[in-house]
Amino acid sequence: MRIVATLSIAVRALRRNLMRTLLTTLGMIIGVAAVIATVSLGYGAKAQIEAQIASIGQNVVLVWSGSMSRTGARTGWGGAGTLTIEDAEAIEREISFVTQLSPEIQSSAQVAAGNQNWYTRIQGEGSAYFDIRQWPVIAGSAFSAQDVRNANKVAVIGKTIADQLFPGEDPLGRAVRVKNVPFIVVGVLAAKGLSVQGQDQDDLVVVPYTSAMKRVQRVTTLRNFMVQAARPSMLLSVQQQIIDLLRQRHHITPEKEEDFTVRTQQEIAEVVTAQSRTMTVLLGAIAGVSLVVGGIGIMNIMLVSVTERTREIGIRMAIGARARDILLQFLTEAVTLSAIGGLAGIGLGIAFSRMLAASKGWPTLIPSEWLLYAFSFSAAVGVFFGFYPARKASRLDPIEALRYE
Amino acid sequence: MNTVIALEDIHKVYHTGSVDVPAVRGVSTEIKTGEFVAVMGASGSGKSTLMNIIGCLDRATRGRYLLDGTDVSQLDRDELADIRNRKIGFIFQGFNLLARTSAVENVELPMLYQHARLRGGEQRARAMRALEAVGLTEWAAHHPNQLSGGQQQRVAIARALVNQPALLLADEPTGNLDSQTSIEIMGAFQQLNNQGITVVMVTHELDIARYTRRNLIMRDGRIVSDTPVSQRLEAQKELSCLRDAQQAVQLSL
Repeated sequence: MRIVATLSIAVRALRRNLMRTLLTTLGMIIGVAAVIATVSLGYGAKAQIEAQIASIGQNVVLVWSGSMSRTGARTGWGGAGTLTIEDAEAIEREISFVTQLSPEIQSSAQVAAGNQNWYTRIQGEGSAYFDIRQWPVIAGSAFSAQDVRNANKVAVIGKTIADQLFPGEDPLGRAVRVKNVPFIVVGVLAAKGLSVQGQDQDDLVVVPYTSAMKRVQRVTTLRNFMVQAARPSMLLSVQQQIIDLLRQRHHITPEKEEDFTVRTQQEIAEVVTAQSRTMTVLLGAIAGVSLVVGGIGIMNIMLVSVTERTREIGIRMAIGARARDILLQFLTEAVTLSAIGGLAGIGLGIAFSRMLAASKGWPTLIPSEWLLYAFSFSAAVGVFFGFYPARKASRLDPIEALRYE
Repeated sequence: MNTVIALEDIHKVYHTGSVDVPAVRGVSTEIKTGEFVAVMGASGSGKSTLMNIIGCLDRATRGRYLLDGTDVSQLDRDELADIRNRKIGFIFQGFNLLARTSAVENVELPMLYQHARLRGGEQRARAMRALEAVGLTEWAAHHPNQLSGGQQQRVAIARALVNQPALLLADEPTGNLDSQTSIEIMGAFQQLNNQGITVVMVTHELDIARYTRRNLIMRDGRIVSDTPVSQRLEAQKELSCLRDAQQAVQLSL
């Protein structure tokens, strides 16, 4: 029997009970729409996180001080002060394929300029920081290696600070007081906007790390190093070399745990995306369950349809329909049902994710292959749940079927 | 003359629980091309079972059945379906047309299940020719519920003929029709038979059987009588008599 003829029989049979058809496909529609919406949210979040991680810089390896204190209590990344300026210099000097390095130290403080004041993040950085993070200075210039060496009182401020402390004024050459130490603004950073966590990334003051250590925090150790490798393929080798070097410098015997942590950019990305992936998988599983429920609905209706049309099946068999023809006819009907549901569900899912993006501002992204997956899966649901009723129809005895009232 | 149906010692036993119910007990007969046979008998005589076997809807428990020279007693379900499609045209008491499907689409149905596929245009043309043969060209687009009983049975006849079968099988074709329409349908069968088509029908009405050429009477699963029809009725004549009588009634009123 021809595909076109089979399909037209199926469509006609479905049109005959339009209301029933619509209600049956509703299960599929909701299931597929839920899957599409979930996937779009998951991928949107993933894409945003990846962009965020990428904005750390290119080919970056991060070294954090601390992981274990003498009492055995872990202090967390950046906790115990175990990284020194000498460590940073040793990494830059001794490890091949390290192109740049910026030691980092961070604190929060009330800053003031004129009669304005603001609570913000004070970040101590090396002069390579702006280049590693690929964060352009739009007014003035970044501080120099000389400024870092001399622990000069200079600062590069974020867009938010410029707006808050110097409304309508040019901040360049003006002083920002951090814990009553005046820093001269030499540059303003380009705006970056909000981070994944909703944090304002432009709300910061960047000063040389030496100045931050001496004049702001009065400490002798660093929180972390941002190390840039020459090529992505070098990341793992650089990571291992840093571990070996720092173990040696910190006199850590092989059986002991390190007092620092080294992570490549990929590892950080994986940790962060794993959380959102877990959420996506969970929501996707729930959505998948609704697809199965939709499939059962289709099976149910197909069984009813087979019973209702027993006589029709008998007539078709009497005039020469083989078991396969009947099987194909009912299977086509089930797949048509589920595929229509799938298509409508994709439409609804896209509409729903657009709505979420527009109203809540959540990032959404629907990879085109997922549209194909969703459609194929809904068709597969039709085949799977349509097979039993179709087989039941094809196995009817023609004489019995003809007598059926 | 070719033999269309050759039955050799056909038995059919139904198993209901632990009891074996014999429905057909040793039927042997031959029906040749161009014959017009009525199978008669009381209910339970085995005539319906025999028709199901002849129609390849069912298989004999024992015995041999040659249809148009092919032994169909050992064929499987799909092969039987194929035989039904190519060699047999069915006409039922309840017409058995597909509801909400136009007359011409009903007639096209057997062609959907043919091995040799026809183009859509050719299929429609053949269906229309079959409808023309039963005088229903103008009703092609109508659905069964818009047609009278006689018209529905004509659509069924057109459907049975569309694949040019070797045999036309009718199971109580006039059972749901009034007497005048019954005669009209018998007229259609006589006309087809005169064109050389073999017709076998089951009926319990004696006067309907008189339009055929040969009567088989069954009792308890056996053929008890096989006689040619002596005073055969001609549908055309009977119809004109009927009309005259009706006119006479109208005039006398």
